[in-house]
Amino acid sequence: MERTAGKVVSLREAVARFVHDGDTVSLEGFTHLIPTAAGHEIIRQGRRGLTVVRMTADIVVDQMLAAGCVTRLVSSFVGNSSAGSLGELRRRIERADPEPLAFEEYSHYGMVCRYLAGAQRLPFHPLRSYGGSDLPSVNPGIRKVTSPYPGPDGQDPEQIYVVPPVNPDVTFVHAQRADRRGNTQIWGLTGVQAEAVYAADRAVVVVEELVADEVIRSDPNRTLIPAHAVDAVVVCPRGAHPSFAQGYYDRDNAFYRAWSAISADPVRLREWLEEWVYGTADHAEYVAKLGEEYWAGLAVGEALSEPVDYGRRL
Amino acid sequence: MSGQHPEPTRSVTSSELLSVVASRELAGRRTVFAGIGLPTLAVELAALTVAPGIEVVYESGVCGAHPSHLPETIADAVLITGAEAVVSMPTLFGSVLQGGHIDVGFLGAAQIDRWGDLNTSVIGDWDRPTVRLPGSGGAVEVMANAREVFVVMRRHTPRSLVGVLDFCTTPGPERALADGIRPLGVGVTRVVTELGVLAREGVGDELRLVAVHPGVTVEQVRAATGWELETADTVVTTAPPTPAELRLLRDDVDPGRVYLR
Repeated sequence: MERTAGKVVSLREAVARFVHDGDTVSLEGFTHLIPTAAGHEIIRQGRRGLTVVRMTADIVVDQMLAAGCVTRLVSSFVGNSSAGSLGELRRRIERADPEPLAFEEYSHYGMVCRYLAGAQRLPFHPLRSYGGSDLPSVNPGIRKVTSPYPGPDGQDPEQIYVVPPVNPDVTFVHAQRADRRGNTQIWGLTGVQAEAVYAADRAVVVVEELVADEVIRSDPNRTLIPAHAVDAVVVCPRGAHPSFAQGYYDRDNAFYRAWSAISADPVRLREWLEEWVYGTADHAEYVAKLGEEYWAGLAVGEALSEPVDYGRRL
Repeated sequence: MSGQHPEPTRSVTSSELLSVVASRELAGRRTVFAGIGLPTLAVELAALTVAPGIEVVYESGVCGAHPSHLPETIADAVLITGAEAVVSMPTLFGSVLQGGHIDVGFLGAAQIDRWGDLNTSVIGDWDRPTVRLPGSGGAVEVMANAREVFVVMRRHTPRSLVGVLDFCTTPGPERALADGIRPLGVGVTRVVTELGVLAREGVGDELRLVAVHPGVTVEQVRAATGWELETADTVVTTAPPTPAELRLLRDDVDPGRVYLR
């Protein structure tokens, strides 16, 4: 696997190289740094038969469903944040309209444990959830085992539910910045991005900014994803819209609210895709089409951290 | 935070009443796991009244938030800037929640039954549901691991407080024990609805009506509940929000009317 030179590529190249029909694709970012631009490029390139793995399946997943990219969804929350419903997702699941969608439901920690098991190449990961839930009856991935150790205070061994590893063919995450080799720094909500990257066969980081090696090395603790785990670095400013990038731009709450109405009407949803995804050559065009005035409304002020002193040997 | 002064005679809305009642129940609690909406209001008001020093842990991983504005989502950037800590998902769900650090978890649901089991997955059949709901999120973990759980139900009807759930996403401890799993907490202890307050003391108890809101009768609540609702020996009438509580809620907690309607 090439892990050195030539990692900086366009989103078009990254999707062309790493996403194939029928792949399992993870898109992570827990309400913050959602890799929307990556999802849009997958739509533009017309991938089919994907299994999408994402804890909070929200707007970008609804868009990928409407574009016909996805046949199976693995998720723990399928809603438009607190702003309403995902119209296409509901039509697919409730009425198989225009086609059925296979849906594997987990809880949030179940998804986290699947990534942990995947990243660590374990056969399963235990968690204290699901006892008495109907979820195991509809999701055969959730199984119960008996601990090989005595229970607390010498009682009978505990029974505990486990979930299987997930090893996506490719994981996409969005981040604030990386260097040319893929050392990736994230601040604010860090979610499950590092685990999702390590679980995958290939990983693409999409960043707001490509920075000099020295910038990354001035604060190594902020590197959540080291270069050895990264196959491609894509520079794509504002690529997390309508979600936010801490310190770069704010969440577009108005768009979240608007999505419920757009997606409620399949015709309107497809018109939206035509205009904003198929109708733009890449994310830079999407950003330009929104216009600077629009982006000014999402601008944020400065709130710098106090620098830390890593020290150096005298 | 400051805002315009409300009309002193303005009537109390359902959101205000639910927030105030839920906030009073937080007396003495230290750590709360909460989503956005009415729980945010309840916790913020409790911090100013019955539970100074209460810490909110958000499902996005923020601990000890000091937001400059009332957050619109659990991931609002204002929760992160100036917060005491932000932890990753494995730390949040694994060490904080499953590690037993949460006193009270706040949950909502489309359906709840007499044991406090919750449905947030589907109305109708799993395979071809009438309504596909958002799913578990972290609710399964909150119920299994928080010491106790408060549920806020904006609507109190036989379709939301039901005899039998269409699907049990998030089980209480009775169901967990029957499945051979020992939960950390006691499950749902309070359900605050638009009509009153239901309470359940611990494992093996079912929810009982303990309070009705002003102007609501016990019979009205029983008729709006999808099972034979037991009542406490004494059902009290909820004390209406005090002028001080309303002033804090309207002027300090949510002056921009993000959640108060």
